[in-house]
Amino acid sequence: MTLLRAWLAGLPAYLWSGWGAIASLFLLLAAWEAVSLAYGPLVMPAPRAAFATLWGLLDSGAAWPELTATARRALTGYALSVVAGSVLGLLAGLSMTASMMSRPLVTVLMGTPPIAWLVLAMLWFGASDGTPVFTVLVASFPVIFIGALQGTRTLDNHLRGMAEAFRLPRRMMLTDVYLPHVVSYLFPAWIAALGTAWKVVVMAELLATQDGVGAALAVSRSHLDTAATMAWIVAVVGLLLAVEYLVLEPVKREVERWREQGT
Amino acid sequence: MNGSSRAALHVRGLSHAFVRDEVLSGIDFRVRAGEVVALVGPSGCGKTTLLHLAAGLLKVQDGQVDNHFASTAFMFQQPRLLPWKTALDNIALSLKAAGVRRAERHFRARELALRLGLAHRDLDKFPHQLSGGMQSRVALARALVLAPELLLLDEPFSALDVGLKEELYRLLLAHQAERHLGVLMITHDLMEAVRLSDLILVMAPAPGRIVCRFELDRAAASRDDGWVYRHTAELLQTRAVRASFGLPPVVAAAPSPPGAGRAHAQVDTGLRLIVPPVPPVAVAGGKRCG
Repeated sequence: MTLLRAWLAGLPAYLWSGWGAIASLFLLLAAWEAVSLAYGPLVMPAPRAAFATLWGLLDSGAAWPELTATARRALTGYALSVVAGSVLGLLAGLSMTASMMSRPLVTVLMGTPPIAWLVLAMLWFGASDGTPVFTVLVASFPVIFIGALQGTRTLDNHLRGMAEAFRLPRRMMLTDVYLPHVVSYLFPAWIAALGTAWKVVVMAELLATQDGVGAALAVSRSHLDTAATMAWIVAVVGLLLAVEYLVLEPVKREVERWREQGT
Repeated sequence: MNGSSRAALHVRGLSHAFVRDEVLSGIDFRVRAGEVVALVGPSGCGKTTLLHLAAGLLKVQDGQVDNHFASTAFMFQQPRLLPWKTALDNIALSLKAAGVRRAERHFRARELALRLGLAHRDLDKFPHQLSGGMQSRVALARALVLAPELLLLDEPFSALDVGLKEELYRLLLAHQAERHLGVLMITHDLMEAVRLSDLILVMAPAPGRIVCRFELDRAAASRDDGWVYRHTAELLQTRAVRASFGLPPVVAAAPSPPGAGRAHAQVDTGLRLIVPPVPPVAVAGGKRCG
């Protein structure tokens, strides 16, 4: 509750601090425009054309079902990987043996390309939601698991000794000692995993489902409709930016307030 | 001075080994309520192990540790504050562990912190925004806020400058006298031991053991600088202390101040050697453990 209130209170100042980010996004738009002028609209449509197409899609209501389907799959898979990765990573970090055993397994998971998982998932789950959700889960799980594991393993021994000397009960050991430390490793991992989830879900949809942004991209590809392609890309990336910078980043700032303030 | 309460920490025949390394051997002593006992010895002679055994942080292998004090607090060499908690929440940590309600633990933590020289505005800061001295005050407050009957100190002031040390000594002694606190402190600073304690136990390394004990009969609060310097110098002249720290024996020819040498240790001073040094325990020059 206090976190929510702090988030709302900090929002205006945070948004105001976003001018720099907006400026760099506009630079990207300028580069996009330059490329489209140089190579013509078939290779790269002008940003205005892409945004007009996107607006058309949104206005006609055609875009919403696709976007919600994609968001639902991405966020389901992401939520599962956040829960599983954080909990398992924390537990593995508590034991030396478990962390040593799990490291190579996680490297294997990380090294397996998501497209390979996608092929397997298509065999297992067919054209259902299960395919993109599963692919997202396996692709983002190792990122979060590693973050939680590192966080747990790097807790200062001195602090643990102090906590034992002051007889902190088990629950406080978790909430007052381990979690605040682990969170500073978990948040970057959560943010990285969110990006992964978003990319992987579109790829999975492109190959495996009949709806969602990925499927829409497949259709626009077959029509050679680059303006629509760019419009979908803008929509997906815009959603990712919104989730990351409006939700995760402000929460991270609030949680890590102790770290940032200088003397 | 002591004795109104029967609470005490008894250590009898305590020995300890890490795998096959014998760190402590045959340790016997007692800390009573209202008494400050200093364990003095070179680095690596097992002082910290002994303190951890006394605190129950290590399992006793051989011998006995009986702690009859109702509550015990520990203060470490480093402040060891949780970096993500404000000074106030750090102080209140042990109260939180004891299940004290938020409003009350903040009230008690704040009250004690102000007495230990912390300002209101410091209490909302995070540890890295505080100076070393302030961090030590917070650590001291965290140990004292539970109103412990026994305080275990692991060289907590060794990183501070002289002025800060003196001030924290004063605060500690005032609190100790007022609450009739039993204190067991370890230090390698002889002056600190002479300044604060009623009983000094000198330890020698390999394996860690107590080689002699000194009683100081003047109340700590009434010791002035001159007294402390004089008796520190005197302590440094005794054979057992020199052997323990690996110092060469006192050269007799040097024009030594009055009071030097073992023979004088008992004359007209407040320093009384109660266990004569064990026959010069085959100490080979500057040999130290660890």
